[in-house]
Amino acid sequence: MDKQKFIELFKETIDMEDKEIKGDVVFRELEEWDSLALLSVIAMIDDEYDIIIQGNDFKSLNTLNDIMTYINDNK
Amino acid sequence: MADLTFDNIGISHLQACVPENTIINRRYTDYFSEEEADAIVDKTGIEERRFAKEGVCSSDLVYHAAKKLIDENSIDLSQVKFLIFVSQTADYKMPASSVILQHRLGLGQDCMAFDMNLGCSGFVYGLSTMYSLVQSAFSDKAKGLLLVGETRSRVYSARDRKTAYLFGDAGVACLISKGLKFGESHFDLNSNGELENLIKINTGGSRNPSTVDSLTMEITDSHGNVRTEEHGYMDGTEVFNFVISNIPNSVKSFLNRIELAAQDVSFFVFHQANKFMNNHLKKKLRIPNEKYISNLDRFGNTSSVSIPLVISTEMLNNTLDKSNTLLCGFGVGMSWANALLDLNQTQIGDLLEC
Repeated sequence: MDKQKFIELFKETIDMEDKEIKGDVVFRELEEWDSLALLSVIAMIDDEYDIIIQGNDFKSLNTLNDIMTYINDNK
Repeated sequence: MADLTFDNIGISHLQACVPENTIINRRYTDYFSEEEADAIVDKTGIEERRFAKEGVCSSDLVYHAAKKLIDENSIDLSQVKFLIFVSQTADYKMPASSVILQHRLGLGQDCMAFDMNLGCSGFVYGLSTMYSLVQSAFSDKAKGLLLVGETRSRVYSARDRKTAYLFGDAGVACLISKGLKFGESHFDLNSNGELENLIKINTGGSRNPSTVDSLTMEITDSHGNVRTEEHGYMDGTEVFNFVISNIPNSVKSFLNRIELAAQDVSFFVFHQANKFMNNHLKKKLRIPNEKYISNLDRFGNTSSVSIPLVISTEMLNNTLDKSNTLLCGFGVGMSWANALLDLNQTQIGDLLEC
């Protein structure tokens, strides 16, 4: 998967386009992260990658790299 | 899915009633800041809702809607043989509010009346049940009154950010009758009780009777949201996951079963949950803007009333073809249902504010 594209989509989804983040960022520690951000990201991943990450599975993911690995492993 | 098909049964008249009292969400700041309110409104798309005045119940909202429907259309009450009241905010634990409404509306004693305790799937469930009754009625002139009412404003805690800005009150009355002009209609109805804990009021029923604690003890979550056990709660993430995992596929298999292509659907009317969830469904099902109707911004989530309330406000004076209107209700239970019907012959009354 295109890492850069995923990061851009992620930033767009939670309204932080003007900040720079890398794949190893712990997304839960971002200022913009809240329960609505979580739902937006789940929806974005469903739209873009046709995968629905269940709440329980998402709890075990900590960085953007973790999310990308999950998507790759479960496509 | 439980599949039902009907011929020549339909909604002849539809009338909605909403409380006059309007809550402007961006100024709903007793417990949350303006910034927080703005952020919630931006994400959920719900700008305004209606809250019933103190002393006004769901049954009152549907009573006013039904009275207007009956009076404006000179309905012969002796022909109304069935009354179903769909609500999870009924007047009493017993007797059923539907029976009280039979009396208030002046219907005959030979009228079957009962309550149906369902939420967001309630209108489609109630409609399919009413269609079944009217179809089986002894008399060809028999009619059914489907009344759907909710005062969800009182169910959730105003200090629980997760639910405080979502819900509104409303009532709708529909008259269902036989008629060739209505053509075919289809329903499919589903349940998954494993998910009972996604949207729930824990106490006040038989399983966990009310106690002094349940009524007064405050439960605070990790984000500072406060409610009691007598308040409703909703696990937003799990509900969202449920909806996006199940509803698009449910709609697609329903359309498959009835052999209708998505592009031949005239209008899609979804339960009005929140802009975020509904937009996702719209995208996933590739619904073009002109076929998607909504009034979420003005009335919020009115649970079982949301689907007929959208029909009322968005189809009134709308001359576009409605012969293949798809209804999709999903929510508390979890329970979900789809319907495909012709609404061209349905007379919609002007919205009543009371």
